[in-house]
Amino acid sequence: MSDVRFTKDHEWVRLEGDTATIGISEYAQEQLGDVVFIELPTVGADVEAGGDAAVVESVKAASEVYSPVSGRIIEVNDDLEATPGLVNESAEDEGWFWRMELSDPDELEELMTAKDYKAFLEGLD
Amino acid sequence: MRYLPHTAQDRRAMLQTIGVDSIDDLFVDVPRSAVLAKPVDLPDHAGELAVERTLSKMAARNVAAGTVPFFVGGGAYRHHVPAAVDHLIQRSEFLTAYTPYQPEISQGTLQVLFEFQTQVALLTGMEVANASMYDGATACAEAVLMANRLTRRRRAVLSGGLHPQYRAVVETQSRFLDGEIVAAAPDATGEEYLLALIDDETACVVVQNPTFFGHLHDLRKLAEVCHAKGALLVVAVTETVSLGAVTSPGAMGADIVVGEGQSLGNALNFGGPYLGLFATREKFVRQMPGRLCGETVDADGRRGFVLTLSTREQHIRREKATSNICTNSGLCSLAFTIHLSLLGEDGFRQLAALNHARACEAAARLAQIPGVSVLNNSFFNEFTVRLPRAAAGVVDTLAERGVLAGIPVSRLLPAAGLDDLMLVAATETTTDEDVAALGDALAEVLR
Amino acid sequence: MSARSQAHSAGRGGDSGAREEVQTHSGHRGLQMEEPLIFEMGSPGRTGVDLPPVTTTTDKLGGLPRRGEIGLPALSEPQVVRHYVRLSQKNYAIDSGLYPLGSCTMKHNPRLNEKIARLPGFSDVHPLQPQSTVQGALELIDTVAHWLKTLTGLPAIAMSPAAGAHGELCGMMTIRSAHEARGNARKRILVPDSAHGTNPATAVLCGYAVDPVPSLPNGRIDLAALKAKLDDDVAGIMLTNPNTCGLFENEIIEVAEAVHAVGAYFYCDGANFNAIVGKVRPGDLGIDIMHLNLHKTFSTPHGGGGPGSGPVVMTAELAPYAPLPYVVAGPDGFRLIETPADQVAAGDGGHAYGRMKSFHGQMGMFVRALAYMMSHGADGLRQVAEDAVLNANYVLARLKDVMTPAYPGPCMHEVLFDDTFLKDTGVTTLDFAKAMIDEGFHPMTVYFPLIVHGAMLTEPTESESKESMDVFIDTLRALAADAKAGNAARFAGAPYLAPRRRLDETKAARNPRLRWTLETPAEAAE
Repeated sequence: MSDVRFTKDHEWVRLEGDTATIGISEYAQEQLGDVVFIELPTVGADVEAGGDAAVVESVKAASEVYSPVSGRIIEVNDDLEATPGLVNESAEDEGWFWRMELSDPDELEELMTAKDYKAFLEGLD
Repeated sequence: MRYLPHTAQDRRAMLQTIGVDSIDDLFVDVPRSAVLAKPVDLPDHAGELAVERTLSKMAARNVAAGTVPFFVGGGAYRHHVPAAVDHLIQRSEFLTAYTPYQPEISQGTLQVLFEFQTQVALLTGMEVANASMYDGATACAEAVLMANRLTRRRRAVLSGGLHPQYRAVVETQSRFLDGEIVAAAPDATGEEYLLALIDDETACVVVQNPTFFGHLHDLRKLAEVCHAKGALLVVAVTETVSLGAVTSPGAMGADIVVGEGQSLGNALNFGGPYLGLFATREKFVRQMPGRLCGETVDADGRRGFVLTLSTREQHIRREKATSNICTNSGLCSLAFTIHLSLLGEDGFRQLAALNHARACEAAARLAQIPGVSVLNNSFFNEFTVRLPRAAAGVVDTLAERGVLAGIPVSRLLPAAGLDDLMLVAATETTTDEDVAALGDALAEVLR
Repeated sequence: MSARSQAHSAGRGGDSGAREEVQTHSGHRGLQMEEPLIFEMGSPGRTGVDLPPVTTTTDKLGGLPRRGEIGLPALSEPQVVRHYVRLSQKNYAIDSGLYPLGSCTMKHNPRLNEKIARLPGFSDVHPLQPQSTVQGALELIDTVAHWLKTLTGLPAIAMSPAAGAHGELCGMMTIRSAHEARGNARKRILVPDSAHGTNPATAVLCGYAVDPVPSLPNGRIDLAALKAKLDDDVAGIMLTNPNTCGLFENEIIEVAEAVHAVGAYFYCDGANFNAIVGKVRPGDLGIDIMHLNLHKTFSTPHGGGGPGSGPVVMTAELAPYAPLPYVVAGPDGFRLIETPADQVAAGDGGHAYGRMKSFHGQMGMFVRALAYMMSHGADGLRQVAEDAVLNANYVLARLKDVMTPAYPGPCMHEVLFDDTFLKDTGVTTLDFAKAMIDEGFHPMTVYFPLIVHGAMLTEPTESESKESMDVFIDTLRALAADAKAGNAARFAGAPYLAPRRRLDETKAARNPRLRWTLETPAEAAE
């Protein structure tokens, strides 16, 4: 899983071929608690790195999810509509949010590796 | 001072526990120059007897609706409220509780809200309703904002049959958000044709049924055209009792129904507090403003109720909330719910039928007066009459004779060329004698 | 381990745990009745009203009669009365106990207010009756306006807003209109990070961007940070004072001067006016405009979530932009200015920005607030503020060694604790609050303001006697000791003794059931 990168806002992005898959980190789902609703982006929409793309809601909080990279949304995880709890059960795998085509793959280099992110989280406590 | 428990000795003991010498030591953060050295220039405290005497005199300078033949409506209606309603809403546990933030000790309020939401959904023919808004007009303004969010458009088409004050509230709110309002001219005849005003930029069309002038409209065609253009149909109902006799907005294709719920359970109160109703389709619920109560279970698996979908609201979403509303009309919704529970299916239907019958009788009597014509082909419990001269003067003259005859349209729509029109409402509280008194007095004044 | 046996093992109250184990056949537990939804009761043919028969059969419904069942249940009056009485018994209320919900001001609601509001001369009067027939009602509005203007030291007032947040909206619309009249609406509203959620939500509804201002470690607004944000784009600031940490903004006059220096307006959220009523006039602090919550400071009942009333007081400079309607006094009596045409005819310029709601405001609340104000008078209202502040400081003084005040004090009408005292106990602020329920108290406001970790905002109000506060304080001291003694389980499962145990809010939000439907029993059985 060395190809997974993380942001300071606790999103992750995994590149497979030309396609990037995005979700929120295990740490983020723990902080949120039970996820009850996810507002996903529209397929076909263009998003900028750092721009609002989705909203994840727990009972007492709603958080924006920012796109870690720029590009076009090509698929969203429809399973989250019926079972938002997937994000709690499997944040960094089955609980993915959307897939996109990257417009600038170099942006990935600016994000944290799993090891860097782990160190970043330790710094938060 | 009967409401303040402390004795001088209590206060001294408490200051001592706190460790200060005087109460002003606790106000040290207030700039010295701003602390008043003596009480403000208002009367000192007064006992119950004195307060009641003064305020009763003020009350006595008003003509109470129940003391005269009374035909005033225009968005607020005088109905009989069963005695049990006012008794129950004064139960301490309802009256003096806050918003149900701690659901384990607020199940009373929460279950009532759940019942209320269900009742409103049933009456309006919609799928879901919220726990209330301030009044019908503010609910209407919120509906327009919600339609803008849902359609990502910002143009609202307002019917000329919409209550002028509702229109004013919608226009006021829209102006601050760059909303665009296309308002049809006041529609006294009931012949309005809105379809031509709907285009691909229209977020919603707002109509009232019955209209401000009392006309009833079949909204099905309008709903079809709205939906074909991607717009939402918002229907305002200012007389809730009409929903016991008239096809519901939901059945005619409405997307959002807003209403004034005062008619059930709530007194006239000179205009407030009233009760805003807000209902919509389930698929739109996350863009709905206001509190929502939902069903769940407790740790022992027993059914219970909580406030839910709160992430729409200001206390969580702050600047991204669907609305800034916080306190709404809790106690008024309780009164509504109890009144409707007492009525039940048959009672509510009969109440509506009685209202319609009384209005039909009043309209028939007024139509006999030379020079007076009833404009409506259809109405529920309120209709518009054309008088041979300005209605405002006629209404004032009739008031001097002890008859509150209705509302001169010019009061709400000055300079609209409708000065000779008067709105007349009748309800189950209207007697045969009242109708006769109105007919006789009006005939005499116009002679 | 079942929750009930946890309560038992916590060893509170001897055999009370055993008593909890008693299962009843009816499902009721003594005075606590299990009550179905009204839709699950009743049977066709019953009624709770006796209406006269419909005598005429004319139909003017335009071919739109309602067909089919609406679905309302049929019950007799005794059934309806019992249903709602039983529901009422599941509520905590001020009349039954101390309700220290910070920022909400749960003070006593005098019953005289209720009696007077129900006089037919106030309750049975229509808002659109000829004005000659409602002179007493207009006088009442004018009198309430006079009291509120005098108490705040601000010369003008808009009476129509229906609640606090509605008053905020009125205030911000007034500010924007004043800026627009000068040719530039400006872009931003400054809002402290400790503000009520209504403040940022309101600013956005007026077309402004929200620019948050940080708080200092002492709980006050950071004046230097505020000044750094002030420029010609700032339309105003929304500041709560006393603020949501229960503290007076001691640099408020400097805040006002800085805001005015860039031509912006100072909006004060008056939710906490009860701390200073009769003692400090906001107009003397440089505040331009402010709403008053009649259901907080002036004792109108909260009613389980309203109705409220939020009149807005303001300076003479802002007054021309205030919304319709308003009451004017003339030689022939009182008159309502209801429409722009009325305003022009009255020679008032016609600058009102519009209308907030139908009719003239929350009359029923005005009557109650006036009864309260007259009962207290200028002397009593001042005492109200002093006693509210005294009570909060008494709670602070007696709890500061076992709980952790967020700020040292003195505080104003409410005291803010954080959750430091619960560190490493395994007990959260929410658990602590739920345990208070078992002890017979409504919890304080929790997790607000957001700037304090695990916040517990506690407001006893002036209505509480020293004796009642001592019982409350002794209970909190005992609970804090329990938490520190490692009794986390006693908290985690609480409440045990309320009409319901902790409710599953996740389930409610994931699969919203927002109304009863016929399918409910079947689905519940699955």
